Amino acid sequence: MNQVTNFTKGFVKENPVFVLLLGMCPALGTTTSALNGLGMGLATTFVLVMANLVISLVKNQIPAKVRIPSFIVVIASFVTMVDLSMAGFLPALHEQLGLFIPLIVVNCLVLGRAEAFASKNNVGSSVIDGIGMGLGFAFGLTLLGAVREVLGSGKVFGMQIFSDTYAMLVFVLAPGAFIALGYLIAIMNRFAKKN
Amino acid sequence: MEYILIIISAIFVNNIVLAKFLGICPFLGVSSKVETSLGMAGAVTFVITIATIATYLIMHFILKPLGIGYMQTVAYILVIAALVQMVEIILKKVSPSLYQALGVFLPLITTNCAILGVAILVIQNDYNLLESVVFAVANAIGFALALVVFAGIRESLDLVDLPKGMKGAPIALVVAGILALAFMGFAGIV
Repeated sequence: MNQVTNFTKGFVKENPVFVLLLGMCPALGTTTSALNGLGMGLATTFVLVMANLVISLVKNQIPAKVRIPSFIVVIASFVTMVDLSMAGFLPALHEQLGLFIPLIVVNCLVLGRAEAFASKNNVGSSVIDGIGMGLGFAFGLTLLGAVREVLGSGKVFGMQIFSDTYAMLVFVLAPGAFIALGYLIAIMNRFAKKN
Repeated sequence: MEYILIIISAIFVNNIVLAKFLGICPFLGVSSKVETSLGMAGAVTFVITIATIATYLIMHFILKPLGIGYMQTVAYILVIAALVQMVEIILKKVSPSLYQALGVFLPLITTNCAILGVAILVIQNDYNLLESVVFAVANAIGFALALVVFAGIRESLDLVDLPKGMKGAPIALVVAGILALAFMGFAGIV
């Protein structure tokens, strides 16, 4: 596989949010606004890239039997780093994302890429795969966040789009997350079928 | 009274799946039949209770006295992974019939964020041990309730004629959204 398709597959063809349906918990739980979605996406991207890098470096030293626990420890270390640095430098965003930062550790996307890609490929492709998948995830989360923000409160990234009396609170609350994601996937399916 | 409040709040008002978005993967993945979702719910109840007790003890007797509370995520996930493995081995020996029923779901549970989520929430909410256990069991019941109700709906969804693009995950998500909307009706009772 050449590096360009390796990088771009995460955006459309194998988008983690819309196609693979991995990492659904943060995708639904943190996308109350475009900014929160972007923050969560970038935090996950960092963990994904670093975990892919380290795991592809040490893949030959890890016995096959204990590879999953070893991967989880590597991932958990980077999650702790993200958690602590975000609490220090971006306390407002950390407050918003709350529980979902430590929960990156059980995001099936991160462990899935470690197991399916980084443990079988060299360092360079693993890092590129991590960046592509991570940015694809961030793109999905930002899009979902933007849709929910614009429908829920008439804003995107805090900028007013609709009049300020507009509000459809349900899209900011829990049910709107499910419904918005459901329709976004349906729209994606429609376009995928056409091609 | 306090315990009743925790139970009602965890099952209905702040339902772990439909309001807190934890454990969505099994919720969408194994909920196509009522029978399998009951198996998953049983396995989760079992693991969530043991894991919450274990992580609570580790936090208060190992991590806090040593002043390394920041190791929470790493320690918890390791404990949960080990615990799931252990439960699997013990069940296989002690009760083969229960293992048959829960077996396939156990490995999936390590990456179920409901388990780690509840373990972390217990510490964040400053519960004591008994409150933690009540909270864990109540959340597991909430998970089971959401899963079984959703599976019931999905079983009849198979018979519905849908536009091509809406088939599978999209319609499941929209239905989950409507279910979440129904659960929002409980808001305010606690």
